[in-house]
Amino acid sequence: MAIWLTKDSKVIVQGMTGSEGSKHTRRMLAAGTNVVGGVNPRKAGTTVDFDGTELPVFASVADAMKDTGADVTVIFVPPQFTKGAVIEAIDAEIPLAVVITEGVPVHDTAAFWAYNVAKGERTRVIGPNCPGIASPGASNAGIIPADITGTGRIGLVSKSGTLTYQMMYELRDIGFSTCVGIGGDPIIGTTHIDALAAFEADPDTDAIVMIGEIGGDAEERAAEFIKANVTKPVVGYIAGFTAPPGKTMGHAGAIISGSAGTADAKKVALEAVGVKVGKTPTETAKLMREIMSGR
Amino acid sequence: MDLYEYQGRDLFERHGLPVLAGGVATTPEEARAIAERLGGRVVVKAQVKVGGRGKAGGVKLAEGAEETVARATDILGMDIKGHTVHKVMITVTADVAEEYYFSYLLDRANRTFLCIASVAGGMDIEQVAAETPEKVVKAPIDAVEGVDEAKAREIVSAAGFPAEVADQVVEAAVGLWQAFVAEDATLVEVNPLAKTKDGKLLLLDAKISLDENAGFRHPDHEALVDQATVDPLEQAAKEKDLNYVKLDGEVGIIGNGAGLVMSTLDVVAYAGERHGNVKPANFLDIGGGASAAVMANGLEIVLSDPAVKSVFVNVFGGITACDAVANGIVQALALLEQRGEQVTKPLVVRLDGNNAEAGRAILDGANNPLIERVDTMDGAAERAAELAAAGV
Repeated sequence: MAIWLTKDSKVIVQGMTGSEGSKHTRRMLAAGTNVVGGVNPRKAGTTVDFDGTELPVFASVADAMKDTGADVTVIFVPPQFTKGAVIEAIDAEIPLAVVITEGVPVHDTAAFWAYNVAKGERTRVIGPNCPGIASPGASNAGIIPADITGTGRIGLVSKSGTLTYQMMYELRDIGFSTCVGIGGDPIIGTTHIDALAAFEADPDTDAIVMIGEIGGDAEERAAEFIKANVTKPVVGYIAGFTAPPGKTMGHAGAIISGSAGTADAKKVALEAVGVKVGKTPTETAKLMREIMSGR
Repeated sequence: MDLYEYQGRDLFERHGLPVLAGGVATTPEEARAIAERLGGRVVVKAQVKVGGRGKAGGVKLAEGAEETVARATDILGMDIKGHTVHKVMITVTADVAEEYYFSYLLDRANRTFLCIASVAGGMDIEQVAAETPEKVVKAPIDAVEGVDEAKAREIVSAAGFPAEVADQVVEAAVGLWQAFVAEDATLVEVNPLAKTKDGKLLLLDAKISLDENAGFRHPDHEALVDQATVDPLEQAAKEKDLNYVKLDGEVGIIGNGAGLVMSTLDVVAYAGERHGNVKPANFLDIGGGASAAVMANGLEIVLSDPAVKSVFVNVFGGITACDAVANGIVQALALLEQRGEQVTKPLVVRLDGNNAEAGRAILDGANNPLIERVDTMDGAAERAAELAAAGV
């Protein structure tokens, strides 16, 4: 077991015929993901060969679901087309849509999120601008490298891709149940809180690492949630303690405006509810190691 | 991207919103032409992206063209809180009777947009909200439904705008929302939104932020970037599609992935506390799938910063293969040497993840005395800080 993505997940790729989409479809297949097809209306009815695996191309997400029973879509289409692709996935009521695309205008994300809410949130959206979700040893939907770590009992939720990989690497001997990269954009579908709730309910997760960064107040709200709802131990890391205000640090959402969004405020909020916060990724991994070795 | 006030005024005017007639000048002579066109009494305002310019003497009234030239001469070149004034906006004046506040912005926590409106305008809205919260209305806006006349009327009524301006505020609220969406803005703030003594509504100030991710829909937005204030290194990096931010320290930073680079800045700053208080000199994210060429471009930018005394290359190979990164480093140094540039700054490199062993072997094989390999992120940060402190 894991959260949201298991060995039984059937994955389709929107944008499978594009360069990024095909590169990562190949990687996902190599990682053992059950990829069952792709979507591209202009190439519907054709197939694409991935080192011996022939994958069908469908005209729409709905068609792909009907034919293959797919329950996860990974979206690689360029930013101009991302809103349309996500809305198509929402209309098809696919349970999980993982939006990898970077550089999506925030009005587009706000629009597809509002659309999803109006439709009753039948689709869990992860991203945009995220590395995806991996349940090591079971399935991998997105671009998280599959060979960093094996399966284990730590859950990981992170705004940042490479910090996700770093943390997986640091704790590779212990292993992870699921690693979720939620993305660093100002508006995202799945939040820290959603992942914390799912890990709390997951019988195969014993402890949780939460990685945040400057900007917004998602970490502060996660701290409130942890206080009220999470009994499993949580270790935190926040990037951007030394970032100056008013400068966007790579991610569109990573900016300190005025006194809001500082790493210090997030650290204080997390520590106030009993979350141990590491000063560096390595120190954070050490804190988690101590918790897991006490079990 | 944050706009100047004059750019905001122009944008509002283009969208048919009521603003004061005016123009922008970079020289006293341009100011004269605008004053002659407008006629009568004008206000000359320094264009800087910082508050408190009135107190600093950056806002002056002028009667006629000669006085406008004199005031523009005073203000142009002035330093306001570290910002040099390169432009002044000149507008006609307004007889203001009442000042209100109106804005649309991104509401990250609720994953939607928010309208903030108040009849107590002209001052800092955060202060108004803290002292008299009952005077501030915050209305969530559905990103799909937006703001139509009914929604605008709801907001105007909740905020308690006086009856005699209500219709005009409703019209402005709808127009402002349309501009907010059409321009892919993340903030439009009008403070003050003013009623003149003859009962007309005017948008007297504009604070606007535009979403750079939406640049592909707005080729015209590129022209709004103020080249005079762009750091030359940031400009050079942008031309090479590198995500670079100039900072104040001595340790050049190159990494892959925004989160990891931010984390690297922190780790270096902590290490710097033990080594002469050196700090990171920049943020540079070469991205998830960085190639040798991208690494070479990045290294070139960082090494060309005279403040940099040492460089820390911190890469975790996820998609990026570490051997490509290592080749990039070696090729970049060779390339710079070919161009006759003397590279003397030491590089501390930490490679982990995808093909790390191969990458490390390439660096060791290059036998370049400037390259030092350290296997952990914390250890490498320590060494880079130490080298920078020694080079200062």
